[in-house]
Amino acid sequence: MYAFVTGPLAWLSFTVFFVGIIARIIWYFRGLNWQMDRVAYKEHMTYGIKGAIRSIVFWLIPFGTHSWRFYPFFTICFFTFHIGLLFTPLFIYGHNVLLQERFGWSLWAMPESMATFLTFAVIIAALFIILRRNALPEVRIITKPYDYLVLAIAVAPFVTGLLANFQIGNYNFWLIAHILSGEVFLVAIPLTKLSHFIGFFLSRAQLGMDYGIKRGGMKSNGLSW
Amino acid sequence: MPEGKLCNTQNVDTEEQLQALLNDKSGKQYYEEMNHLEVDAKKLYATIQKTLKSRLRTWLEICAHCGMCADSCFFYLANKKDPTQVPSYKIQGTLGEIVRRKGNVDNAFMQMVMDTAWSKCTCCNRCGMYCPFGIDMGVMFGYLRGLCYSQGFVPWELKIGSGMHRIYRAQMNVTTEDWVDTCEWMAEEYEEDWPGLKIPVDVQDADIIYTVNAREPKHYPEDLAEAAILFHLAGENWTVPSEGWEETSLAMFAGDWAACKMQVESVYDAMHRLNPKRMVVTECGHAYRATVVEGPYWAGLKGGQTPIPSFHYVEWVAEALRTGKIKIDPDKRIKEPVTYQDSCNYIRNAGLSDVAREIMSYIAEDFREMRPNREHNFCCGGGGGLNGIGRYREQRNVGLKVKRDQILATGCKLVIAPCHNCWDAIRDLEEEFKIGIRWSFLKPLLIKMAIVPDHLKPEE
Repeated sequence: MYAFVTGPLAWLSFTVFFVGIIARIIWYFRGLNWQMDRVAYKEHMTYGIKGAIRSIVFWLIPFGTHSWRFYPFFTICFFTFHIGLLFTPLFIYGHNVLLQERFGWSLWAMPESMATFLTFAVIIAALFIILRRNALPEVRIITKPYDYLVLAIAVAPFVTGLLANFQIGNYNFWLIAHILSGEVFLVAIPLTKLSHFIGFFLSRAQLGMDYGIKRGGMKSNGLSW
Repeated sequence: MPEGKLCNTQNVDTEEQLQALLNDKSGKQYYEEMNHLEVDAKKLYATIQKTLKSRLRTWLEICAHCGMCADSCFFYLANKKDPTQVPSYKIQGTLGEIVRRKGNVDNAFMQMVMDTAWSKCTCCNRCGMYCPFGIDMGVMFGYLRGLCYSQGFVPWELKIGSGMHRIYRAQMNVTTEDWVDTCEWMAEEYEEDWPGLKIPVDVQDADIIYTVNAREPKHYPEDLAEAAILFHLAGENWTVPSEGWEETSLAMFAGDWAACKMQVESVYDAMHRLNPKRMVVTECGHAYRATVVEGPYWAGLKGGQTPIPSFHYVEWVAEALRTGKIKIDPDKRIKEPVTYQDSCNYIRNAGLSDVAREIMSYIAEDFREMRPNREHNFCCGGGGGLNGIGRYREQRNVGLKVKRDQILATGCKLVIAPCHNCWDAIRDLEEEFKIGIRWSFLKPLLIKMAIVPDHLKPEE
């Protein structure tokens, strides 16, 4: 079982992930239309790129935009959640040991305590996100079961990883569950609304170009996000 | 496909059609007929497949339902944080649902969509600035309005409005003759006080071609005279075109994209015909948005630029003050606290916030910002055509509360609103809430404050 989930299944899920992401990018760019979107992307590329970079960078900085500052509680939840979600799987020691064994190279590995901290942070942030979804009428009204599903897909590898790490119950069971849930997560990224993994950058870049080229970027220093 | 006599999917291209609509007081028959209008689901979905591309599809798909757009929407705030006014909810429940159902929606659903698209969103685009993904629901509602229009579900006034553009190339029935007569009349009317004042029509190779909002010649001709006086004071070599003088676009509010194209092309034709160096647009937000910001795309101009450089009136005023073409008498500067209404269309969506502040630095001694301001300012409450739609008057009036409270918080009794829609909305909010404020365009204030050189003064 272990050999199967870390072998063919792992290859399959990484393939779906990478091919899916690339397909998303191609599909997005092919679907842009200067006249329908009403943005002269090509003619004013410099303004467009400037606008796109501004639009992405400000939103990647915690409290970097009016909106992040307006919702401080959610901003903290959001950044904690996403930083943990991205950094933990990439830099956790165990994953890098695997990389070293399989491919002979690895990334920088974070201390174990940091990985544990980040994992707990992801789970706690997710709990607050769920609480917020239920507590605030303006969020509750737009929440769908699908939103909980994608949240569960994203958090499952962290919960199972933690259980395996602390050897609560059957280690092998949690290990397999951890690997499987990680693979489900990878596959779900291009196939569900988790595609915002790349969609965030594409959409932000597009709106940034819109503002950078058409909506004032050529007559001002750029929109104050 | 059952269609009404007045409410149908036909464009209003003839005066007879237009007159029939105008004769139907308040659109009574029109809205009655709308109850029986059949949705052409096949056509609706075909249009979606052709035009709903990666940008809009991605927006609909990746919305994380986080609710961060909620407080960005003035309708949400004005309606006591009613969750049904959350922008994401409004667009997902309308456009999102039409896409999910592949266009298979019924009459009642389309009427709900129409009511949402015109009475719960003014396409101010503020929500797009507050969404982490940059989902601009104003853009989506603009698109949705186009779908509604193509199915005949459009508010009565806007069906008339887009018909006006189709027939008169103006939002009101002002003919070329009416327009030219008004120019002559205004020049004559004010010539005694301003010797040598002219409103030059169709002059070739002028430095400035000046274009207006049809309401000005129709209802406020003195605005045209004021523009002429200020150009006269500044010594500008300017002209107005006899045709292609109208900058506004009720067609844009209606989602009648073909009429949008016709309208802006009439202005671009005037540019080609008269070969001026640049264009200046009157104090109107959506006119600038339509003809300068969006128009080149409707007309298929690849660079997204008008044939000659185009400027909003505030840009010209700032330049005239900066270069000293118009000098302000220091004793006549505005002494009382005064605030400025940032129009969504030329501030948020065209980047002119600094220009507006520059003007205020010349003319006001106690300029007070609204909070929030500049690109983050709230819509006046009447944008996107909402001011003019009788069916949604109540919703509009509720929406005005946000602007009322913003103005009250400044402590100012004078609001400068260089935008027709904002000006109207602020006038109406005073009528509705009686908070004791005055509101003004820039032109009349500038004329009162400007130093008139001796050679331009009338002989005693």
